[in-house]
Amino acid sequence: MIYINAFIVCGFICLVGQLLVDLFKLTPGHVTSWFVVLGAVLDSFNFYDNLVDFAGAGALVPITSFGHSLLHGALAKTEELGFIGIGMGMFDLTASGITAAIIFAFLVALIFKPRH
Amino acid sequence: MRKDYTKIIKRNTLKPKYFRNGAVAFVVGGLIGVFGQGLSDLYINIFKMSKDHANSLMTVTLILLSAITTGLGIYDHLGQFAGAGAFVPITGFANSMTSAALEGKSEGITLGIGAGMFKLAGSVIVFGVVASYILGTIRYLFFQ
Repeated sequence: MIYINAFIVCGFICLVGQLLVDLFKLTPGHVTSWFVVLGAVLDSFNFYDNLVDFAGAGALVPITSFGHSLLHGALAKTEELGFIGIGMGMFDLTASGITAAIIFAFLVALIFKPRH
Repeated sequence: MRKDYTKIIKRNTLKPKYFRNGAVAFVVGGLIGVFGQGLSDLYINIFKMSKDHANSLMTVTLILLSAITTGLGIYDHLGQFAGAGAFVPITGFANSMTSAALEGKSEGITLGIGAGMFKLAGSVIVFGVVASYILGTIRYLFFQ
């Protein structure tokens, strides 16, 4: 059942993040940055792809999937273009997410008032 | 004697916090994952999208919801309540950009919103790109 897998995998990644914050006094910025690196590392040997097959959005929603998508897009492009493909394909898979985040963040910042 | 006492207190008061924080992060993070899966299945079944297309739109939907709830001040409450359960999912990435942009609003559109947007999210993109570039180069040269 993919919903249970999604719950467990996404929950587990968040749990690891919380433990890093509580045990090693890391800031959220440190944890998310290192999780992205971790996601790229886990792209090796198709580990992350298998995790996506297993847990669906449970693997796609955590920030680790951002690192996985960056590396995945980069390597996919090298099959067409060779080495230059790493740069050309880097943002292929994450472009829609980054674009959406910039557009929505900009619009929200224009419309809403900051709260303190 | 007093030292031992404070030691015991410290040991006994901190442990439940780890458990509470971990459990809440697990449940909230897990629910966001389940919600994402629900959106993805909805797009596949109702709008007849391909899996990749649906997952991409699912991410965009989560980012939109996160940006709006950040604007309304709701996501920050969730962040305080759930810790990593709120900042590890992609919604936390969108939240960090939106809240940085909102915070910079008083400094103007260009320097405040425009330049400030990536104040927190920038490190995620930089680390991701640097790590992917290095790993991608290694894998391209030696494994393909």
